[in-house]
Amino acid sequence: MSRRNSKLAHISIPELSLVLLIGPSGSGKSTFARKFFKPTEIVSTDTCRALVSDDENNQNASADAFELARFLVAKRLKRGLLTVVDATNVQPESRQDWIRLAREYHVLPVAMILNVSANVCNIRNEQRKDRRLGGHVVPNQISQLKKGLRGLREEGFRQIFEWQSPEDISAVETITRNPLYNNKKDEHGPFDIIGDVHGCYDELCTLLTTLGYEIDKENATLIAAPLGLGSDGNTRYRKPVLVGDLVDRGPASPQVLSLVMNMVSNGQALCVPGNHDAKLLRYLNGKNVKLRHGLEKTVEQLADATPEYLESVKRFIDGLVSHYILDNGKLVVAHAGLKESMQGRASGAVKEFCLFGETTGEIDEFGLPVRYNWAIEYSGKAAVVYGHTPVPTAQWLNNTIDIDTGCVFGGALTALRYPERTLYSVPAKEQYAVPARPIGYNHASAVSANQQVEQVIDVGALLGRQILTTRFSHSITIREENSIAALEAMSRFAIDPRWLIYLPPTMSPTESSNEPGYLEHPVEGLRYFREAGIKEVICEEKHMGSRAVVIVCKDAEAATKSFGVVNQGIGVVYTRTGRSFFTDKKMEEAFIERVNVALIKTGFYEKFNTDWVCLDAELMPWSAKAQSLLEQQYAAVGAAATQAMPEVIASLEMAVNNNVPAEALLEKYRRRAQQTKDYVKAYQQYCWPVNSLDDYKLAPFHILATEGKTYIDKPHEWHMKEIAEICAGDEQLLHLTPYRLVKVGDVESEQQAISMWLDLTEKGGEGMVMKPANYLTTDEKGLIQPAIKIRGKEYLRIIYGPEYDAEENLERLRQRKLSGKRSLALREFALGLESLERFVAKESLQQVHQCVFGILALESEPVDPRL
Amino acid sequence: MLLTIKSTRYPATDLGYLLHKHPAKVQSVALSAGTAHIYYPEATENACTAALLLDIDPVGLVRSKGSNSFSLDQYVNDRPYVSASFMSLAIAQAYSSAMNGRCKDKPELVDVPLPLEVQLTSLPVKGGEALLRQLFEPLGYEVTAKTALLDETFPEWGVSRYFNVTLRNTICLKYLLRQLYVLIPVCDNNKHYFVDNHEMEKLLEKGTGWLEEHPLKELITRRYLKNIGPLTNEALERLLKEEKAVEPEAASIDKKRLHDIRLEAVRDLLLTTDASTVIDLGCGEGKLLRLLKEYKSFQKLTGMDVSFMSLQLASKKLKLDQLNSTAKERITLLHGSLTYMDQRLKGYDAAVLVEVIEHLDEPRLVDLERTVFQFARPQHVIITTVNAEYNANYGNLQYGNFRHSDHRFEWTRAEFETWGNRVAEQFRYSVSYQPIGEVDENLGGPSQLAIFKRN
Repeated sequence: MSRRNSKLAHISIPELSLVLLIGPSGSGKSTFARKFFKPTEIVSTDTCRALVSDDENNQNASADAFELARFLVAKRLKRGLLTVVDATNVQPESRQDWIRLAREYHVLPVAMILNVSANVCNIRNEQRKDRRLGGHVVPNQISQLKKGLRGLREEGFRQIFEWQSPEDISAVETITRNPLYNNKKDEHGPFDIIGDVHGCYDELCTLLTTLGYEIDKENATLIAAPLGLGSDGNTRYRKPVLVGDLVDRGPASPQVLSLVMNMVSNGQALCVPGNHDAKLLRYLNGKNVKLRHGLEKTVEQLADATPEYLESVKRFIDGLVSHYILDNGKLVVAHAGLKESMQGRASGAVKEFCLFGETTGEIDEFGLPVRYNWAIEYSGKAAVVYGHTPVPTAQWLNNTIDIDTGCVFGGALTALRYPERTLYSVPAKEQYAVPARPIGYNHASAVSANQQVEQVIDVGALLGRQILTTRFSHSITIREENSIAALEAMSRFAIDPRWLIYLPPTMSPTESSNEPGYLEHPVEGLRYFREAGIKEVICEEKHMGSRAVVIVCKDAEAATKSFGVVNQGIGVVYTRTGRSFFTDKKMEEAFIERVNVALIKTGFYEKFNTDWVCLDAELMPWSAKAQSLLEQQYAAVGAAATQAMPEVIASLEMAVNNNVPAEALLEKYRRRAQQTKDYVKAYQQYCWPVNSLDDYKLAPFHILATEGKTYIDKPHEWHMKEIAEICAGDEQLLHLTPYRLVKVGDVESEQQAISMWLDLTEKGGEGMVMKPANYLTTDEKGLIQPAIKIRGKEYLRIIYGPEYDAEENLERLRQRKLSGKRSLALREFALGLESLERFVAKESLQQVHQCVFGILALESEPVDPRL
Repeated sequence: MLLTIKSTRYPATDLGYLLHKHPAKVQSVALSAGTAHIYYPEATENACTAALLLDIDPVGLVRSKGSNSFSLDQYVNDRPYVSASFMSLAIAQAYSSAMNGRCKDKPELVDVPLPLEVQLTSLPVKGGEALLRQLFEPLGYEVTAKTALLDETFPEWGVSRYFNVTLRNTICLKYLLRQLYVLIPVCDNNKHYFVDNHEMEKLLEKGTGWLEEHPLKELITRRYLKNIGPLTNEALERLLKEEKAVEPEAASIDKKRLHDIRLEAVRDLLLTTDASTVIDLGCGEGKLLRLLKEYKSFQKLTGMDVSFMSLQLASKKLKLDQLNSTAKERITLLHGSLTYMDQRLKGYDAAVLVEVIEHLDEPRLVDLERTVFQFARPQHVIITTVNAEYNANYGNLQYGNFRHSDHRFEWTRAEFETWGNRVAEQFRYSVSYQPIGEVDENLGGPSQLAIFKRN
């Protein structure tokens, strides 16, 4: 629609438009802009000139000023904001660039022409001290303006307003902003979104009936719609939403048209156009269209239609809007889908995309253009429901779903209920047409049947500085240097990101203890939780093995379905940096199978209504994973000390025997020799040879997630009890973790925690972990530490060195700073939970991987490794 | 941890004069992270032994700011118990006069070769007893070395790399000390402090008179200066004066040559494709880019690598910061990974992956395939990888072992072609193969190449 008017008091423009003010200097553009638009909506080239040169009239700065203005406008349009360009814009070539920008961001360009006389302009310009224009400037501008006026429509403006006198300009009272036709954000459903019908009238009626609608099939009208709950919590009649391609190929296109036209005109349904509908319109409009791809059938079926009916079909299709933005922008319906940058926008390109989607420009072996699967790269917030490309089954991919299940090709007609997100299908009564290429054919993938497999991660979402929002904590910033480190570690050493749905957070130790001879002690852990206002904690034995995340699926099919992995077995065991725990694939397979058998035996899968589980666990012995670390570091230190000490002591003894005053030294080195012996004994506790699966022990302590659920709302005691049931399934391999619930502030109960710790550590254990009784605990400042470790006296010897407990060393070691470690633990904890929540909510692989990648990146922050 | 030097030349107590340390006392000198004690277990006219005992403060060692980062990146470390660079420092601190050949009371002793016996406890030797002998025997030492199991409880863990060493030689004390000073850290091949130019001066000074003729002088220099390229070369050049500097990795010359052949083959193929924009995926230090930038037909050259450090090196070697702005725009380096989709990789005529795929776990190859063939989708893709069959020609390579420790797999020609054919079909490319390097009639070339052309 385009028109010129000069005397209206009330005008309206699209809510998302690029408004170009056009008029000579002094025509009153800035005043006009200020009257009707917010200051932030106006991008003035004068202002930009001032910004780059300190002088808004400096013509030398024009090129830079325009570049800046262009940049500002582009950023605003990208973010979907109405923008007004305040510049003379009197030459077509100066407008061209803005039109191009509007097209790039699929925004409607609007021209507002302030076509006032040179006289008026000159008088105004003379009143301004800062503006000195030559006498020829304004007349020149006016002549350029007049020359171009006729061509404005061809230039691409959708709306043109022109005022020819200051009086007309001041007559304008309001400029209303109209929502775009595609904006139906106020509709919150419930909807039943229906795939490509293609003239399958019987199936459409059956599907609607199945969904609870009452249809008068004879008269193609809707009698009654079922009630349902919208996403805003209000009960309304359900509304069918057709994704287009109502016609062609099938046996009863006119009936389908009639029913949908009736429903839409009564406000009972919504419909977006498909490419077949658009082609039918062109045919009806007398355009030269080839009668093929099923159009020939529709034309034949319409042979007896009255001219009035055909006219109503034309009006109906012509009136369809390319796509709809529904439910506060959380739902988008378009025939061929729609990428994020085009949602809620209007342009030829948007319309084209909605009808046809994207192609790569290549032709496949069936002579058809190769489709580019835009959904693979989709990472928008809105769910996109679409059709156009027939698929064997409707599956979510990156929050998008193709519900064209090829009814006309003998498949099924599918509906997606929203907001429930449940799928309903009715099978085709027969195959009405043969597809040009096999359904589900995908040039780039051997396993296209599964959309999960198709997911990819865009490195742009990982590189550089990233800010991740988490539901249980603040936003978390990943610094660029840490992303750099994580990229290398992740891509060179980690397992397939499809498996990597979680990484465990680091854990802080207690504050240093002042108990003589101790660096860590439960008293400090209890103090921390008491000060955080926690009433009850759980104390769990800390096993000295390696942290392991274990994912087990019931079978390979479940692994493909839930994780999108193909030919990668039924599970994984990975370390806290995402590396495969086992180097021996066969051993890993056997290990996972053992856990799977235990899960099956104990009825886990049925009880949790799932076909997979992700467990957080400790895998022992330590020596199984840390063998090279042991040999190169721990045992090496022991060996160096053990080899040297006897020689040192012998030489000191000899000196003392020869009356050299070296007694004190001798004493000191005898003590050191004993300390190194204790050190060797300490690490030996955690080592045993592994010759077969039976030599491993797996001690799970969290059930992290199963299908569609996480368990962070369950207290730790629940986790321990459920895990005990699993452990009963394989007592050889699976190991129960001793635990005790302790009332904070209760002297007797606290004493039991201390005794438990002393018992564990005196037997050579690593120590214990103290956690709030509930998994997720916050105070007024946010999350509190989800766990604190309290390590045993002897264990710490292998952390801080053989001689750490000499009082002069302890003194210094107690001066350790925990704040960095604790902040890191909270950030990693929040990201880990976020990652799990995203995974079970079936968010995209990229959304999940960003969190896991973030944890790995955080791990590269410099923190004292002994904490 | 302990260094003892024993003299048996009558009167053996002369050792005390030479070392400037009184036999009846226990003396101490301060080190950067602890103390060294000097005492005499025996001091008679027939036998006199001076002991230098390290007393490293393990807590201070980790906490001190100036120390090299290695002490922080591990929990516990062996430094307090070994005879390594701290021992060298202690020698320089405690015996500096003796090492410099000064003796106040008996100057005539300085140049007298003495029958000396040295004991070193827990000397870490990278290269084992063989290297230990190669280092000391050419200098006239009789070497005995004892090692032990890493842990007696777990004999399967093998033996430790620490040796209790006895060295016997008739030699001037000053040379003995200088040689120990240089060779102890060389054995360890690690130092607790940063190496700078000052270290080079020290090596040249302490090595005078014996290092020039040592058969392992290159290794000693390299290790002493801790394998830092330019400094080592400069030092080597000065050390060898008229001789030409030798390639640092003499043993791998064959491999180096093969790599050059490979890059030249890739370059020649690229020239036949009319590609004007090329991306080197896994460019490492940018060797191929350096080769390609000589050709005007390549208007845009980009290198990507997952290792940020390699890219920094590549940038240096390509002298990117010295190029003018047009030349700069022609060559770009990207940090990225082939396991992720990357918009930056789109729009090139040709992509090259030289010895890259074998560094990925096989299950991750599907991601690489999609990144390259589905998303970047250049006209041509050239991929090279080692030919596993050819390994039979490398005598020292055990069957089933890989040529490089980071190789995740090595394919035969048939395996490579099976993969390549499948990829070509799936992504609608055509593919052909050729060997690289000297072709063995039965085993093929040492490396193999596939060139994919988009249909």
